[in-house]
Amino acid sequence: MAKITLNDEAQEVTLPLSLTELIKANSATPEMVSAQLNGEFVAREQYDAIAIREGDEVDILYFMGGGQSS
Amino acid sequence: MTINIPQHIVEAIIRQAYGELPNEACGLLTGLNGAVKKQYPLTNTDHSPEHFSFDPREQFKVLKEARADGCKIIANYHSHPASPARPSEEDIRLAYDPDAVYVIVSLAEKEPTLKAFSIKNGTAEEVTVTGN
Repeated sequence: MAKITLNDEAQEVTLPLSLTELIKANSATPEMVSAQLNGEFVAREQYDAIAIREGDEVDILYFMGGGQSS
Repeated sequence: MTINIPQHIVEAIIRQAYGELPNEACGLLTGLNGAVKKQYPLTNTDHSPEHFSFDPREQFKVLKEARADGCKIIANYHSHPASPARPSEEDIRLAYDPDAVYVIVSLAEKEPTLKAFSIKNGTAEEVTVTGN
């Protein structure tokens, strides 16, 4: 087990764990979120390659968009 | 469900919406327990009169500032320059965050209209907006 922080809340996870797996484990869809790892923005195409480590601080935010077109 | 948006913030959102015409304006609202404390205008990276997207880097900046204030991001907002203050099909399709309140300001009529919604599982429900 490893202790990490996700969206400012402590969480214990089992390693190895990719960023994609972490996002999915928290009921989000990787294609719908933006992510920062230890304060650094992570490009979406890197989510699979990022290995979560002990002490990591991860933030995820939902993509926001829309508009009056329909 | 209700959201409290102080009148000065409502007015600032409407000013921003008019200021960014013909394009849609957008931003985030931070606060606690359904009470908005701060407004953060964000860049509409689509620069479009019919669509908006947030800049994720700006979203994260707001997230950090909210935490420093002991607050959370509790709502987002955008303008509809020429359509009513209700979620469009596109708004509903892209409403990924089930916990967010979606505020829409319409400039379609002579007087601007601001309404708020909760959007979950493809269904929008109006949220009562209170002010002070």
